[in-house]
Amino acid sequence: MSNFGYVAPTTVEETLAVLQRATDQGQRTQILAGGTDVIVQFRSFDNSHRLFVDIKALKETNDIRIENELVFIGAAIPSGVLNENAELKALFPGLLEAADLIGSTQIQGRASIGGNLCNSSPAGDTIPALIVNSALCVIATNEGTRTVPAENFVTGVGRNCLEAYEFLLGFQIPRPSTDTGDAYLRFIPRTEMDIAVAGAAASLTLNHDGICERARVSIGAVAPTPLLVSSAAEALIGTTADENALQQAAQACSDAAQPITDKRGTVEYRRKVVGVLCRRAGAIARDRALSNRN
Amino acid sequence: MAEAANFKAIGTRPIRPDGVEKVTGRANFGADLNLPDMLHGKVLRSPHAHARIKRIDLTKAQAMDGVYAAISSADFPQEVTSSLSKNILARDKVLYHGHALAAVAARTPRIAEEALDRIEVEYEVLLPVLTLDDAMQENATLVCEDLRTNDDESSPPSNIAASQRFERGNVTKGFAEADVIVQEEFRVPSAHQGYIEPHACVATSNPGGRVTIWCTTQGPFEVRSATAGVLKKTVSDIKVIPSEIGGGFGGKTVVYLEPVAVRLSELTGKPVKMVMNREEVFRATGPASATLCKIKVGAKKDGRVTAATAWLAYEAGAFPGSPVGPGCMSVFAPYDINNFLVEGYDVLVNKPKVAAYRAPGAPQSMHAMECAIDELAQKLDMDPIDLRLKNAAKEGTIAPYGPKFPPIGLVECLEAAKQHPNYVRKPSEEVGRGVAVGFWFNIGMQSSAEVNIAEDGAVSIMEGSPDIGGSRASMCLMAAETLGVPYETINAHVGDTESTGFCNLTGGSRTTFATGLAVVKACEDVIAQCKARAAMTWELDVEQVDWKDGQAVPKPGVNIDVEPLSLADIAKTMSRTGGPLLGRASLNAQGAGACFSVNWTDVTIDRETGKVDVKAFTAIQDAGRAIHPAYVEGQMQGGAVQGLGWALNEEYIYDENGIVENASFLDYRVPVASDMPMIDCEIVEVPNPSHPYGVRGVGETPIVAPLAATSNAVRDLLGFRINDLPLSPPNVLAAIDAAD
Repeated sequence: MSNFGYVAPTTVEETLAVLQRATDQGQRTQILAGGTDVIVQFRSFDNSHRLFVDIKALKETNDIRIENELVFIGAAIPSGVLNENAELKALFPGLLEAADLIGSTQIQGRASIGGNLCNSSPAGDTIPALIVNSALCVIATNEGTRTVPAENFVTGVGRNCLEAYEFLLGFQIPRPSTDTGDAYLRFIPRTEMDIAVAGAAASLTLNHDGICERARVSIGAVAPTPLLVSSAAEALIGTTADENALQQAAQACSDAAQPITDKRGTVEYRRKVVGVLCRRAGAIARDRALSNRN
Repeated sequence: MAEAANFKAIGTRPIRPDGVEKVTGRANFGADLNLPDMLHGKVLRSPHAHARIKRIDLTKAQAMDGVYAAISSADFPQEVTSSLSKNILARDKVLYHGHALAAVAARTPRIAEEALDRIEVEYEVLLPVLTLDDAMQENATLVCEDLRTNDDESSPPSNIAASQRFERGNVTKGFAEADVIVQEEFRVPSAHQGYIEPHACVATSNPGGRVTIWCTTQGPFEVRSATAGVLKKTVSDIKVIPSEIGGGFGGKTVVYLEPVAVRLSELTGKPVKMVMNREEVFRATGPASATLCKIKVGAKKDGRVTAATAWLAYEAGAFPGSPVGPGCMSVFAPYDINNFLVEGYDVLVNKPKVAAYRAPGAPQSMHAMECAIDELAQKLDMDPIDLRLKNAAKEGTIAPYGPKFPPIGLVECLEAAKQHPNYVRKPSEEVGRGVAVGFWFNIGMQSSAEVNIAEDGAVSIMEGSPDIGGSRASMCLMAAETLGVPYETINAHVGDTESTGFCNLTGGSRTTFATGLAVVKACEDVIAQCKARAAMTWELDVEQVDWKDGQAVPKPGVNIDVEPLSLADIAKTMSRTGGPLLGRASLNAQGAGACFSVNWTDVTIDRETGKVDVKAFTAIQDAGRAIHPAYVEGQMQGGAVQGLGWALNEEYIYDENGIVENASFLDYRVPVASDMPMIDCEIVEVPNPSHPYGVRGVGETPIVAPLAATSNAVRDLLGFRINDLPLSPPNVLAAIDAAD
């Protein structure tokens, strides 16, 4: 007696049809990519009956396209595969480092950034990195695709904007200019195999004078959802992203944080450390922008 | 005693006899056995830390399709009222979050889990007692209403199950003579042993009342007696077959599942398998005690300690029996102190009953003392090793716990530390260094061994000590040395309770010492028999035959021209010289030598996040004689990592109702490999005169010193002390912020 159904459609249309049919019948569906969150949760916490809809067999969810203006990354691509792509790594070192922080080498053979986003944990490591890179989430629907900015995707702890009959195809990300750098840092008490106590991502674009013209800062694990912190970005824009400006951005992050005290950290600790991480990630992003330009 | 250089086998590093089976996944661990028609047992655990059980209704669970039995403590002999019995299944009260109170056996694990949901329990929730401070105050809520300190019927009920006190000299006078005094309080949190393999067993019973248990344990004979006790059976009704064991560290010296599986098997007539998941391991099996230790030490300007006092309170969990006794006995063990006073308290709280964990009791009390000694070194501006050398116990020192020390290796370890390149090389500005000493008593106890010689001369050892740390290899090496035959011709087997003589558990660092002693003596028995067979062959008196390099030879001066007879030669003809060769020995080993160590930790600290990184760690330890140096180093490294984990991040997180919030390896943070530097090891050898090869137990001492060594390193770098563990990032950052 199994407690779940499993289908692995091979086209977007078929996937949508399966989702629609199951939803109409009142059946619970769960999209499965790498399964590194989903299967653990199913086994550990909530094993109520559901239909797993595996999206790994779709061409679209496995696609990587690097074009002049836009980059597309499929939702189901394992982070291990992403991190073997030298071109992507050069374009989005911060995003790929975020992906590389999640789980062990073995887990990274399955875990995807699409899954990390759809799991919608406040502590999802790739989400702040997606946000600072202005990623648009490309969602398959019966009416074609719709896009949602990454910062609007997660709507609460474990909740997001996907309807039951929709699924995430991938990410459309503006190709960063050569004077842009990104970075993501998280704090964990160990060196790996842990969940962020706090996280911060930054993406900075510096002009030929070294002045920051564009900045995006996002923080994770310090609020019900990852946050885009525009006040931190404003503290950096128009500066050289020097220590002083970074400290202002750090303070903005600490102020923007709405952390809780739980087994992984206290309010005071998270508020303080998220600022430290913003400052450090901002400095790395700045240095990357400078070295990219050279 | 032979010199190390003369050994042929001892001191070499061959691969272990059980290695191939383990690295290829063939070895059978606790959860690997499946029997035909087997049922699966699951345990219902308390959602409350402290509650009265008003009613348990099993009928809906029993009525489920696929469920064969559902039981509670009412299905066990009520006249047995031991803590063990009440821990296995709660009687009138549940005493901690995770306390077992009912169990079911069903056709599949899933049905068993669903059946647990149908068990109806009515609780009267009580206030939980969660801290030593709460438990010890007057008018505290009582964990056990009729418990009185030291069973003194004239005193009121208390959470203090036992108190003890011992002293020597005059501490008032001693402190009056002191030029400097250090007085501090230290808290150490509970830590779990963190063995990778969860508890697991299969039990079968037959209609005649005979029971067989397969399980993962450090002591099959102890499982036998404990299970017999709870079920009011005789030990000879029960056979226990130990599986391979995936870590124990003291936590697999007690039983949780076995009596329940036996009872379920008796009621259903089928084999019953029970396997804990990780959450159950964390919620219901033995952590080490959380402690509060108050230490006062006084010394002269030259560093000579004049007096010391220790006040030690240990959480026992829900039933009496913390290791506060060994905590008291070890706290001053490394030092020759004329005036001391030690007080200890065994305190009940609504948490799981503590179990042994590597040197049980010593890491906590010695953390306090070794931090205090470090403070003393700071005040006296002395090198921490010099200060310890000044006060170190040595052969002839009367140990604080009573006996006079035979040869011990503390001074040798301290001197080796002073000369070690890792110590000589001073840390840079960004690095803090802390030193501490470790100690464990070690034990002997009962062991048996048989040595069988096959017809081709191959040697087969049968003994009863579950192999946790490579003991089969050590047994084979000692047999190879004694018999004079190659290591590769020897195999060692861990028997069950009916195939080998009685053997106490693998614990107390006793196996290589005591079971090793039995193996050596059994080999000597074989040698005696071989000499008799050779004498018979050569028509000599047995006194005229020697055993040399694995061969029988005529003694010098015996005038006979014969070729030596090897073990294989004698084995080949044994049917004609008296039948099989079988050596035996059984003993109650005396004189387990105490084991000392010196460790130092080098750390850096991220002052903005409070994260402590261990950059280097060096362990120096007296092994008496390292039979298999790689496995001695393995013990030193493993103990160091567990001690570092305890120092840095390991702790139980309870909410205000006593609910454990971090019952998983994700949030109960043992170190991961990348957290740790290489643990550099140096083995010191001060032979133990009570063992033919000088062996001392080495398994437990390694966990003791890393706690204080790490605290002292953090103190060195920050310039102020954080008294309480763990030195986790939030705790360290809060201390840094408070100091600013």
